[in-house]
Formats: sequence, C-alpha cells, structure tokens
Amino acid sequence: MSTNAHKTSAAQASPSAWTRPHLLSLEALSREEIEFVLGTADSFKEVSTRSVKKVPALRGRVLENAFFEDSTRSRTSFSLAASRLSADVVDFSEKGSSVSKGETLIDTVRTIEAMGVDIIVLRHPAAGSAELLARNVRCHIVNAGDGAHEHPTQGLLDLYTLRERFGRIAGLKVAIVGDIVNSRVARSNLWGLKKLGAEVILVGPPTLLPRSFETLGAKVVHDFDSIIGEVDAVNMLRVQFERIQSSQFPSVREFTQLFGLTHERFARCKKDIFVMHPGPMNRGIEISSDIADGPSSGILKQVTNGLAVRMAVLYLVTHAAIEGATT
Amino acid sequence: MTSILIQGGTILDPSQNMEQRADLLIDNGKIAAVGANLPSADRTISAAGCYVTPGLIDIHVHFREPGDEEEETIATGAAAAVAGGFTTVCCMPNTKPPLDNEAQIEFVLRQARTAGLCKVLPIGAITKGRAGKELAEIGGMIQRGAIAFSDDGVGIADASVMRKSLQYIRMFDAMLMQHCEEPALSGGAMHAGVVSTVLGLAGIPAEAEQLMIARDLLLNRTIGCRYHVQHVSTAWSVELIRRAKRDGQKVTAEVAPHHLLLTDESCRGYDTNFKMNPPLRTAADVAACIAGVKDGTIDCLATDHAPHRAEEKELEFPSAPFGVIGLECALALYVKALVEPGHISWIRLIELMSTTPARLIKLDGGSLRPGKVADVTVIDPQRAWKIDVNRFAGKSRNCPFDGWDVKGRAVATIVEGEVKWEGDPSGGKVRE
Amino acid sequence: MRTQYEQADVGRAIEHLAAKIAAAFDAGKPLVIVGIRTRGHTLADRLAALLAAAGYRHIGRGVLDITLYRDDLSEIGPRPMVRPTHLEANIDGRPLLLVDDVLFTGRSIRAALDALSDFGRPSAIRLAVLVDRGGRELPIQADFVGLTLSDVPPDHRVNVRLAETDGKDEILVEPAP
Repeated sequence: MSTNAHKTSAAQASPSAWTRPHLLSLEALSREEIEFVLGTADSFKEVSTRSVKKVPALRGRVLENAFFEDSTRSRTSFSLAASRLSADVVDFSEKGSSVSKGETLIDTVRTIEAMGVDIIVLRHPAAGSAELLARNVRCHIVNAGDGAHEHPTQGLLDLYTLRERFGRIAGLKVAIVGDIVNSRVARSNLWGLKKLGAEVILVGPPTLLPRSFETLGAKVVHDFDSIIGEVDAVNMLRVQFERIQSSQFPSVREFTQLFGLTHERFARCKKDIFVMHPGPMNRGIEISSDIADGPSSGILKQVTNGLAVRMAVLYLVTHAAIEGATT
Repeated sequence: MTSILIQGGTILDPSQNMEQRADLLIDNGKIAAVGANLPSADRTISAAGCYVTPGLIDIHVHFREPGDEEEETIATGAAAAVAGGFTTVCCMPNTKPPLDNEAQIEFVLRQARTAGLCKVLPIGAITKGRAGKELAEIGGMIQRGAIAFSDDGVGIADASVMRKSLQYIRMFDAMLMQHCEEPALSGGAMHAGVVSTVLGLAGIPAEAEQLMIARDLLLNRTIGCRYHVQHVSTAWSVELIRRAKRDGQKVTAEVAPHHLLLTDESCRGYDTNFKMNPPLRTAADVAACIAGVKDGTIDCLATDHAPHRAEEKELEFPSAPFGVIGLECALALYVKALVEPGHISWIRLIELMSTTPARLIKLDGGSLRPGKVADVTVIDPQRAWKIDVNRFAGKSRNCPFDGWDVKGRAVATIVEGEVKWEGDPSGGKVRE
Repeated sequence: MRTQYEQADVGRAIEHLAAKIAAAFDAGKPLVIVGIRTRGHTLADRLAALLAAAGYRHIGRGVLDITLYRDDLSEIGPRPMVRPTHLEANIDGRPLLLVDDVLFTGRSIRAALDALSDFGRPSAIRLAVLVDRGGRELPIQADFVGLTLSDVPPDHRVNVRLAETDGKDEILVEPAP
C-alpha cells in the first residue's frame, strides 16, 4: 500500500543497514556498522547548521537520561541531541530517586519504562549495567558509560573527528595516554580504531596499564617519549585523582612529568599532530593549557561532533529495522 | 526399622578397593551384608545397571540458616543434598549470626534432625564473628558436634592469628579449612586477566589465593595442624600443595565442579551466575586442577553450594553476591569433567566424593563394610538428563549449569538405613 | 499496460517536462531547483542543465534527503543511510521547484514540504515529477508531469532507472517482490 511508494523511491537496502535496538558497546559492532553510524552522523551535522536546528525524526518519543554518575557534559549533549530530533527529554538524577532507598537498578528502570519512556541513556558506575538493562527492560538502551567498560558514543565521536581531520582511519597511528585500565573511553576507542584499521598505542604506567591489552591488538608502552614522534594523533585521558590517592601512582607531578602532554613533548610530535581529549580537562596536568587551546587541538570539534554522532545513534536505535518488528 | 536389599548393582567401595557385582543388605540402620544370595528384606531396591556406593559426602556447603532463610534453610538444603545423592554435608559458619559458639552448633544439628534427611554437620568458625582476630571457643564447639573449623567467606588475614589458630586447632586434631584469599589483593569481581580487562571489571589475581596458601604452608610446617585448602582454583595453588605434600606436610585440598569445567570466558555477557569466589580462572588453571585430582594432590570434591535469591543475583555484576549452587548436579558434573574424558575411574570418583571426605572429617562413613552405618547412594551412571534449575529441590536457582545435558545421577539416597530420596524417570522425590 | 519504457522514451519525457517548466517560469528570474534523493536529485540535475541551455541564468540548486521527515520510519525495512540535505541558495522569497522521479501516494512530497519549511519560505513551491502513477493518499498534485501511467495495479512498482545512477535510462513497471 503506502509502503510500495517508499520502496520504489528509496534506493536499494544496503547490507550494512542498522538493526540493533540498543547501543551497548563498540566491541559488538562490525566495521560496517561503525561506518554506517559515522555516515549517518554526516546528515545530522548538517542539521546543526540550519537556522531551525530540528528534524521530526523522534517526534513523540520520550528519552530519559538515567545518569547514576555525575556528568553535565554528556547529559547535555544527549539532551540536545534528543531535542534536535524533536524528542521529549526527562532527566533522572540518582539523589532524588528511590535508588538511594535500596531499589535495584532493574526496578528503577522498569518504573521509568512504565511511565512511557522509549529510550534510556544510561550512565552507571558498574561495568555491564547497560547489558543488564538491555536483557531486562523493553526500551532502547544507549550506553553513555558503564563503569570502566565502554562509552560507545565517545568512541564514535572520536572516530568521526579523526576521520574528519585525516580523511581516513585505516593506517593512522593513534596513542591513547593515561589511566587506561580504568577508562571506558580507552576501551571504546581501542575497539573502534582497531576495527577501522588504525594502529593503537596505549601509553601509561604498568599500574594503570596491564599487559593483557596486548592480547587485544594494542601496543603497550610505558615510555611516552619513545613513541611521541611517530603518532598521528594523541588522545589524552583525564587523570582521576582518586587513583593517585589509592597509590596506583605516586603523585600528580610525577604523572605530568612522565605522561603529560607538555610543551617539551609537544615539540617532539609530528608537525601536524592532532590532539584530542574526552574532557573534562585538567589543564596543566595531563595536557598543557595552550596545547589544548591551540591549532593542533581537536577538543572542541570532538564536542560538536559528539552532538551529531549522538543524534545519529538515537535515530538509528529508535528506528532499528528489526525483522517483523513494528514500533 | 525396615530392612532393605539393594539387588543387582555393582558395589563400588574404595575403602575395600572393591568393584564387583553384588547385592547389599541393610538392616537396623547398618550395612548387614554384601555378597550374593543374601536373605530377603522388607524392601528390595533394584540396582540393575547401577553402582552401589558409600553415601556421598560434601564437606563444603552453605545453608543460610540462621539469617538468610529465604535463600536456603537447613531443611531445603538437605533436600537438595539428598536429591544429589549426598548422605552427609558439612555446612559453613558464615550465617547470620555466624556459627561461632556452642549454641549455634547445637542449633544446626537440631534443625538437621528435624529435617530428617541427610546428615548436616556444622563447621565452626575459627575466630569470633569470623572477624579474624580472636579465637572462638573451638573446644566447646567440638564437644557439641562441630566437625571442622573455617572462617569461610574470608581467610584469616593476620599471620599471627593464623598461627595461633593452627596451634590451637591442632590440639584437638581437628581440621582447619581455609578460604585462601589475601584481602589486600582482592576486591575484584572476577579473575584478573584478559577477560576482566575487556569487560572493565576489577579482577582478583591468582596470586591472592596462592599467597595465602604459601603463607599458611610455611606457618604450618612447624605446627602440623590438619590444614585443608578450600576450593582450589589456580594452577600454582595446585603446585604449592603438591610440593608441600611431597615434603610430608599435613595438607589436604578440595576442588569444586565449576573450577573443573568453566573459565573466565563465561563471564563475558556479565551473567552473575558465573560470579563466585574464588572466580572462574583460565583454561590452564582448569587443566591444572584436573591434573591435581588425577595425581592425588587434590583429595576430594566439594561443591561450595552457595544459594542466593534471584533478586540478589539480578544486579550489576560488581554488586551481585558471589556464589553458585551445586548439590543437585554435582555428581553429573564431576562425571563430565573427570570420568567421561578418562581422567579418573568411577571408583576413584567415589573415593573423592565419599571415602576421603569421611576420613577428613573423621566420620563413620565412606565405606560399605558390614557393620558400618548404612549411608548408601545408588547411582545410575548412564542416566542422561538435562539440568533444570526449576526442578531443583533446594530453594535457590543460581546455577551456571542450567540447561546442560549430563549423564549420571543418583537414583536412591539412603541415610542411616532409611531411603531419603528416590529417583524416578521424571525427576525424583524427597521422602519425608 | 505497458511495462517498459526505454531510453528514448525517458529522454522524450524529460524534455517534455523541461518544456512545460520553461513555459511556467521566467528565464531571467531566480529559480531554485531541489531534487529529492536519490533519483529526484539526478533528474533535477538534468532539468537544470536543459533549462540552463534554454537560457535560464539564475538557477539555484539543492538536494533534499527526506528520511528524517517520513511518517513511516518504523514500518519500512532495512534502508540505506540517511544522507545530508544541501540547499545552495537562499530559498526565501524565491520560487522553488521540487523534483522527484515517481509520484504515488504523495507521502514523500509531504515529507519534503515539511523539510523545506525548516529551511525557509519560498515564494511558491511547484512539483515536477517524471512519472505520475496515481494512487494518492494525500491531497498532493504535481504541477509538471513527464509521463502519466493510469493503469498500474497497486501491487506493482514503478521503477525509474537513470544512466548516472543505474547505468541506463528506463522505466519499468514490475510486480512488487
């Protein structure tokens, strides 16, 4: 009936079409799926250049930011992405909920779901919490960070930003530097970069960077200076001070000396080195202030691209073409 | 009391190195005779195609009474045990309140008597409140019937407390069972390895177990207490025990079914039915544990049956409690891990599941010699079945082997001359 | 019912379309031609070229991806990636010619009109289609039609193929798979 017209005017279905109702990790995605998301993000970047920065793709849907960990930036990014898709947005903050009264995560989310929420963007301190929810609730789940496991939209926006800068991912040498073992950003980036053919070098002290990462295809390096001249891009991770206090590292000063992107190190980088950071930055600690603000920095582009990538992800999971499913 | 004739089976009695076709007569709660042409009895059980063995004994289970009765009670735990073919189980003291005094020991024995199924023998805590600081009243607990001592759930972290515990328990020639886990290296949710790195979960390194084993063996060299390593899980743990035995040290060890069959790969997907402590390790560790069973480094098999409510396990992986149940499927799993691949024989399996545990806890059991208490298990080694947690007699369902196709099942469990459980093709029932 | 139209037929229909458009718009005044992805865009390119050859000097161009404006996003099966929309010219106050390959239920055009309203306010919007096959579900009409097919059964598709995207020009009427 009406479907015929759309089938005639739409181009042929491509084998890489998106079929997942959730985005839980980059580990689970194929190279084709990742490229599909990045390609879709191009269209959403365009939306943000219009005077009316909205499309009706998620009109009538409700998105809930279920953030069990503080984060203004990610939450704002997802809220804005949802609004630009014409979805309604509600926020959940842990302190005001029944979680503090001992309710389980599944119960909390089922309550939210019963109110008519279609998409849940989850940030939670426990690794695996997004998968736990995807198994136990019916709404779409987008993982905005589950403990140290993954932060897939961050991985995607980092890939998008690199591709925008270099025109490709394959063959790039990218260093990810800092507290790797506790970083979901590092893991998501590792999966995304490897799947798209980049070479990944992880840099950090042995106490924050176990050898087992080598099994996953990354080079593990404890001497930042030994590789600084050969990488195309560096992704500087935020130092988490709690780690230093727990004696995984002696002091902030020593961290900056050994692993910070200081002026001296920057001078030894490639001329066209691309500097990234997932934010928020500790200026002067893992990265020098003027490098962060300078022409080599892609940090603000990451933020802009984050919006487009998240719009793409929300659009795709909500309209995932599941065999026989009708929403 | 009804006399029972078990007819047509193959007797497997490691205590007499006996493996032969014979009938077995039970009378007055004791083994009356073993052989052919035995007198008739009040009741005859056909054991054609089955093994007739001394009752199976599990020296490491957790029945959550007192304190967490919604997870398991002594009665439901005993029901699970007899359904699994066990005639005796030893329950750990990490209850609420813990089993660290005479009254608690008596409580457990009383509850076990009321349930009237298998023998449930309490293991007393080594230290008061299992806090690892002050010795509990070991002597008093022994008098009331405590069968061994452990702070299980945790190991004794302080070396000086551990040394005192070894010295004191030695005085009674009792057994000190240790949950070997150095707390300073612990705190993770699964084995520290490639999989924990991928999953972003904090890991428990193998060294956490090995460190405490090594320390305890050194402490015990000059003391000579009967020291038992619970739930061995790593290759080097096995090697440490092997070397200590070679040196003539008094050390024994047990291993659980999951450490013979599963690795940390099962944790991918964050299913908390694969979360236990010590955690699932690597394939090399599994192979080493099997080798340890084969060469006698590991003395017996024990499930570490640890029931939890579904709501407790349906939490985020780091928050979910450790532990899986195992009593009702243990026998079949040991068969799958050890007998089917040809690592050990059936009679050796029975030694690991009955004769040796009986010896370790100094129980009058593990043997079918005439005159012995009639704790008997009849096992159909060919019985194929699918593990289905929803048909378990125990209260909890947290089992990593749900859905597995296995072979080998107890078809009758007889405790002190009374049939407490009988299998039928649809699954068996517990007799009150 | 004719089921196949070849290159010559297609060429004639497009020229016919261009002629009708030229008759309606002044060559000296601005005109924005916007094609709906994907074949509407190709068609718009051809029409713009023909009009330019006929003396039209102020043609603005654009391409519209209507995926995000569809009212049936969840009903259709696996679909290709949504592509960006680009409108080169400022569309306020100027006439805009929307171009698509096949007009059927009218829903694509409704989506296109919604999309355009987010970009600005043309003085007038006219619709040019290569094929009108009837079967409207909404009150939408084409102003310029290359070919009218009035006897296509509802269970058949009308597939337009263009040399730039498909290798050759043709129109096929085929049963839906």
